[in-house]
Amino acid sequence: MTRDYPDEPADEFPRPPRTVTDREDRDVEILAADMADYDSVLEMYLSFDPADRAQGIPPTREPAIEDWLDTILGEDTLNVVAVHEGSVVGHATLVPDRHGEYELAIFVLQAFQGAGIGTNLVETLLGLAQSAGLEKVWLTVERWNDPAVALYRKVGFETTEAESFEIEMSIRL
Amino acid sequence: MNILLGVGGSELSYQALEETLDRAQATGDNLTVAIFDNEEVSADADEIRDRVEETLAETDFDAAIRRLEGDSPGSELVSLAEREEFDRIVLGGGERSTLGKIQLGAIVEFVLLNSQTPVTLIR
Repeated sequence: MTRDYPDEPADEFPRPPRTVTDREDRDVEILAADMADYDSVLEMYLSFDPADRAQGIPPTREPAIEDWLDTILGEDTLNVVAVHEGSVVGHATLVPDRHGEYELAIFVLQAFQGAGIGTNLVETLLGLAQSAGLEKVWLTVERWNDPAVALYRKVGFETTEAESFEIEMSIRL
Repeated sequence: MNILLGVGGSELSYQALEETLDRAQATGDNLTVAIFDNEEVSADADEIRDRVEETLAETDFDAAIRRLEGDSPGSELVSLAEREEFDRIVLGGGERSTLGKIQLGAIVEFVLLNSQTPVTLIR
């Protein structure tokens, strides 16, 4: 199975570290993260509302979250976190698949959703990806998740497959 | 109960076979295994049949094996279940990406949406 990508590469994205002010006037730092940030990222997922899960992630039980973080913070992955007053409130990750392409996912704590943090996280993660030389990034999103689809489209993702429960989107860096 | 299990050659479809066999042995259900080519998996129907027969022999359980022809295995499975009045369709599915997101394949999705027969999805 080969995945389609836009012909044209995207423009330059901002790179971490950045400080942004969200639409609720909260200062949020967008920082590159890795295994060294395991504990603070784990803390965020422990307080994540299970109703906000999508496509089976994040897991809800602590041991399952720990296994999952071992993968998505592991070797060859790229991560950024959104930090407000010392706590991680959002996280975006790029994980390599078997074809050397990267799958993207993003999670923002309930109290920080709808304030532009997700867009900043995705853009900054793509900036980090550009600096690391990545070219192909894809994601899937549930068809009914309109805010997420709109976010990805605004950032520059194009829909490549829309016939199933999940929409698949991709971007060329 | 008469169970129709679809096996298309993915790892999850073989897991579903083993779980369904365990359960059928406990309940005494009648099992029919429908084999089909899943274009999302690189295995042909003969290889799948071999592996299904092997598993049945190991568990010493008797099940009928059927072969679904045609380009729309999901549709064939649903039609067979209705035509021969099976009580339940069972399928394995819900592959996870490395990142952990679950995705349903096209055949599973077709069966879930179009079947009038109750469907059990084993993940």
